[in-house]
Amino acid sequence: MPFITSADADKNTYDVIVVGSGAGGGQTAYTLTMDGARVLMLEAGRRYDPAVETPMMQINSEAPLRGSGTPEKPFGFYDATIDGGWNVPGEPYTSASDDPARQFQWWRTRMLGGRTNHWGRISLRNGTYDFKPHARDGLGFDWPMDYADLAPYYDKVEMLIGVYGGDDDMENTPRSSKGVLLPPPKPRVSDLLVKQRAAKVGVPVIPMHRAVMTTRLDHLRLPKLLHPGNEKAQAILAADMQKRSACIWATPCGRGCSIRANYQSTTVHLPPALDTGNLDIVTDAMVREVTRRKDGRAEGVVYIDRKTGAEHRAKARIVVLAASALESVRILLNSGVANSSGKVGKYIMDTVGAGIGGQIPLLENMPLHNEDGADFGHMYTPWWLYQEQLAGKLGFARGYHFEFGGGRRMPDMGTASGLEWLNGGTYGRKFKEDARRYFGSFVYFSGRGEMIPNEDSYAELDPKVKDKFGIPVLRFHWKWSPHEIGQAAHMQKAAAEIIEAMGGKTSSRPQAGEKAIKQGGVIIHEVGGAMMGTDPKKSVTNSFGQCWDMKNLFITDGATLCSNADKNPTLTIMALAWRASDHMLGLMKRKEL
Amino acid sequence: MDRRTTIKWMFAAAATVPALRVHGYTAEPLARDVAANQAGYGTDPVLARDWKPGGPWPLTLGAHARLTTAALCDLIIPADDVSPAASAVGVVDFIDEWISAPYPQQRGDREIVLPGLEWMEAEAQKRFHEAFAALDEKQKSAIADDVCSPARARPEFAKAAKFFSKFRDLTAGGFYTTPIGMKDIGYTGNVPLAKFDGPPLEALKKAGLA
Repeated sequence: MPFITSADADKNTYDVIVVGSGAGGGQTAYTLTMDGARVLMLEAGRRYDPAVETPMMQINSEAPLRGSGTPEKPFGFYDATIDGGWNVPGEPYTSASDDPARQFQWWRTRMLGGRTNHWGRISLRNGTYDFKPHARDGLGFDWPMDYADLAPYYDKVEMLIGVYGGDDDMENTPRSSKGVLLPPPKPRVSDLLVKQRAAKVGVPVIPMHRAVMTTRLDHLRLPKLLHPGNEKAQAILAADMQKRSACIWATPCGRGCSIRANYQSTTVHLPPALDTGNLDIVTDAMVREVTRRKDGRAEGVVYIDRKTGAEHRAKARIVVLAASALESVRILLNSGVANSSGKVGKYIMDTVGAGIGGQIPLLENMPLHNEDGADFGHMYTPWWLYQEQLAGKLGFARGYHFEFGGGRRMPDMGTASGLEWLNGGTYGRKFKEDARRYFGSFVYFSGRGEMIPNEDSYAELDPKVKDKFGIPVLRFHWKWSPHEIGQAAHMQKAAAEIIEAMGGKTSSRPQAGEKAIKQGGVIIHEVGGAMMGTDPKKSVTNSFGQCWDMKNLFITDGATLCSNADKNPTLTIMALAWRASDHMLGLMKRKEL
Repeated sequence: MDRRTTIKWMFAAAATVPALRVHGYTAEPLARDVAANQAGYGTDPVLARDWKPGGPWPLTLGAHARLTTAALCDLIIPADDVSPAASAVGVVDFIDEWISAPYPQQRGDREIVLPGLEWMEAEAQKRFHEAFAALDEKQKSAIADDVCSPARARPEFAKAAKFFSKFRDLTAGGFYTTPIGMKDIGYTGNVPLAKFDGPPLEALKKAGLA
């Protein structure tokens, strides 16, 4: 009985409780159950079934407001976010400052699979520098591991979920092992034009890595590599891989994928984990705190049944928090555990975001062809100025990458809007001709950069405000340093140079960094708050996400990250979760837990 | 019967006061209010269903305002050899849905669109003593030429030009998101493919890439 009620859960015993069902929770539950551990997963949101709920192929005229975002569906009507967004009704958070530049925006969702249902599927590896940033430039913190420690787990995750990408091996931008990645999709015209012209200003362009299946997964080869010696796990995974289809090159990924061609926890991690018979899932289970046994270890968790308001307790040998970095921080703070270092809630990070768009005459009036492809980026620009930066030529530390897009994509409310800057403002037959001429001739560059953890960006419990369950909420403190602000200005300037090299013009002028940078949290890559480390006085967990103060309490979401490289954190969260889960299995087998 | 006569008859039929002889909006409300407690579609709406304007919240434009809306969006996107006019693919209903929605963005746009429609109507009366929808193309263009470009509009038309830009964006968004609009503008995607071939050679040549 995989999906169970809180009443059923009360009667059962488990090896591990996993709080959260997204990238971290999904990977943890997968790894543990495939190796025989009995797992109870608690998800704060509702049950969600992508097979029947995904709006595959709908067009925007079938949606209210032509699919535009609203406060109730901030990324658009069809976005796979349920009961979520920047504000969750009845579940507030607060800011310590009234200054927007000092505020943090927190995106949450309340659904099985969490944000993996809608994410961009960009799956980049941290490189060697990214694990030892302090050693390299004296800023931030080093990780208690090297790239070599995590590389095998990157391989495993990529083989399991299905990631397309190229074979490039560049500075701090490592390649995957042979036979791991799926072939990248063919570049679009705009991709090739960006590549050709960016090269003229010294900017490299290579295939993106994304968790989208350009071909079907090899169900004969991969299960043996992922679960050596475990025939049951191999059989379950092989059967499940055969149920996943390759991309059909249509319908946006952000809606989720009913044919399971991209990675969502709900389509990739949870089905095989459920097939083991070792996973029970309770949805609408809002965890409030970790409870402590007399010997100081974790006993289990207290959670509130969202539908009934009733309080429940679950117990297990191990408790894993994977509720999303800041929700896990909140649970730790509300539990009063694992914080002898005083570092819980400290050093929260987002990704630096800034961008600029332009119009490219060379892309006007293209011969008609279908440019949907794999939806988001087929190619990207990895950070390319490591040596200039090391030589002190840039005035800020740490790098960024460009995600860019162009071409004729499914029309929405932005299509043919705001053309005045190009045509002065037309109407009638001329306007229709202009709309045809300009459609697909725009490019947009989104810079995504590394934020260095700082003392002024942290979360604490608000002393007064509670959510509708009576649970104290988080209060955020936030500050960008000159490094991030300098980086944001560099992003816009560099993108403008590429647009100009393409013979185009930018739709706005590059701004000062303070203006260009997006508000904290807006890129939705929040990590940190319970960092891993080597010193229990300066960190919350060891490299396995195991809390120093509570040996059977683990964290497998983004809270443990020591830095937030410009690589987008989801793939790294999954690789860390797999590694941590292997460690838990070892401890349980050796009866140490 | 010519189109202008038809439109005049429609005004007569739409009038709540029989004596309406198209004096701006004096004879009937421009639009009903959006209820202060009007709910949206919620944070967990059913996605896989064909939503229609008027489904998630009531439409509010009055009959006369709908005629002005239709005339104006058809002035912006008229029928041509490729596709029909905006009003023929439901853009009037869409604009009504948009300005009747309970969300902040749309409430703000309503404060631009309703006064703008009123202005267009008053301007039509002032210049030609007719309802905007009853004007001929030349007359409508005479007004539109003064307001279609925010950069070129004379100061006395600045506010109307801001409205026109907003209305043009709504019309374009409403039109080009429909199957007919997508075909017109050259969007050929959203069809399942066994493989993705990338761009054809002629596209690469056009961009100087082959």
